[in-house]
Amino acid sequence: MRERGAELAFDGDPANRYLPWIVALMVYLASLAVAGALVLGTSAARWQSGQSDRLTVQLPLHLAPQDGVAADTRIQAIMDILSETAGIAAVRRLERDELVFLLEPWLGAGNITDDLPLPELIDVTVERDARPDLDALKQRLIKAAPGVEIDDHGRWMSRLSAAARAVQALALALTVMIAGAATATVVVATRASLAVHRETIELLHLIGAQDGFVARAFARRALALGLRSGLIGLGLAALTFIFLQQTTSGLDAPLMPRIELSIASLAVLAALPLASAAIAMVTARFTVLKALAKLP
Amino acid sequence: MVRFENVGMRYGDGPEVLRDINFALDAGSFHFLTGPSGAGKSSLLRLLYLAHRPSRGLITLFDRDTATMARHELPALRRQIGVVFQDFRLLDHLNAFDNVALPLRIAGLAEAEIAAQVGELLEWVGLADALEVSPATLSGGEKQRLAIARAVVARPELLLADEPTGNLDPELSLRLFHLFEELNKIGTTVLIATHSSELVEKFKHPALFLAEGRLVMRPENTLRAS
Repeated sequence: MRERGAELAFDGDPANRYLPWIVALMVYLASLAVAGALVLGTSAARWQSGQSDRLTVQLPLHLAPQDGVAADTRIQAIMDILSETAGIAAVRRLERDELVFLLEPWLGAGNITDDLPLPELIDVTVERDARPDLDALKQRLIKAAPGVEIDDHGRWMSRLSAAARAVQALALALTVMIAGAATATVVVATRASLAVHRETIELLHLIGAQDGFVARAFARRALALGLRSGLIGLGLAALTFIFLQQTTSGLDAPLMPRIELSIASLAVLAALPLASAAIAMVTARFTVLKALAKLP
Repeated sequence: MVRFENVGMRYGDGPEVLRDINFALDAGSFHFLTGPSGAGKSSLLRLLYLAHRPSRGLITLFDRDTATMARHELPALRRQIGVVFQDFRLLDHLNAFDNVALPLRIAGLAEAEIAAQVGELLEWVGLADALEVSPATLSGGEKQRLAIARAVVARPELLLADEPTGNLDPELSLRLFHLFEELNKIGTTVLIATHSSELVEKFKHPALFLAEGRLVMRPENTLRAS
């Protein structure tokens, strides 16, 4: 069967020798940017929802003086205030073992001696639907124990989440820019190709070819190129992604975004070669039609 | 069929290469377009096969004023015009068969129909053995016959040829002229540009004579436009 569109010989077209690789590279970069945005989106959502119902009340070191009994009394007073506050679901004082466990990643296991003074931490669970007035609570706690601090994970996490959202937006903006650059590249390559095939195109035009006949040949070629390059780019991105997953899975870093993608995210990524094929095809078609419109 | 009224033509901002051209060709007629080199024969043909727009005047083709036609209507008009270009304009990346098949493919004919028509025509011009050959490997005369086959394959109503026998030996020239005459007999309007006064005299068809961009002599039957 004769190949359609063979009237234009694109094989060995010098204008397009590097185009497949340029497009593959762009799809690769876009895939990484989109994957990054999707991973951050998942993490940001988790940070925002999972952690904001916890508070940590920290008592300064000087509240744990030599007189252990007095300190315990004051700690108990704070625990009482917390328990009595509306909107607080649970209050728990962290044991020294737990504090040591939390510090070990920074100081190293076995480096924390028994005589090292540690702050007292109280883990507070708030009711998500009826959060207490944190400022008022803080005033009351300070009265009972000056220097006490409330660490509001909710605020911190939402700031972290906001930062993640900003990076996510940046990644998406990057993707749009890559798509723009890809479009411009296809325009330039198509124009170069038009120049190479000028005589053939002029002949086709003179023997009665509609502009669409020529444009279709270019669009078909661009579609195949965009799809093939898109698959290569996505394949390379998948390898990179798996590599990152392998190298980061051993890290015990709770705040590091977990590199994993949902089925929906994978579907978005799988659509990228289709998007690159569509962009290439539409761009080539319009570039050719615009150029042909100059012929009489 | 064809009517030129006060037509002038220039390339870009250059001087007029054709001035005050007036003539009309009846459907089914056979004319020569002759004159010295540089007189504007090829430019006049370019106007006829719609490769160029006139800078002034009126061109009517197939009873339609080409100036008022929308651009997308022109391809249909071009398909009724067969052109033998002076430089052949064969596509070297296609074989002889596909070169001749080009107008039929553009017109959207079925492959079976294309195969039959192209095969028959290549036999007629004596290239039946060269179906799979690239035009680049053909001799000048063979290329010319291939170009003629492509020009007539879609049975155009108007056949234009620019020095179609320039590369041919006298015997082959005669054969091709008989081919043009046969096409003319079945109703095709023919206009052949040539500077060979021998051919013009031999075939006794009326001739339009161009000199320095003006039509200086024309037969009685082409006068209606003035």
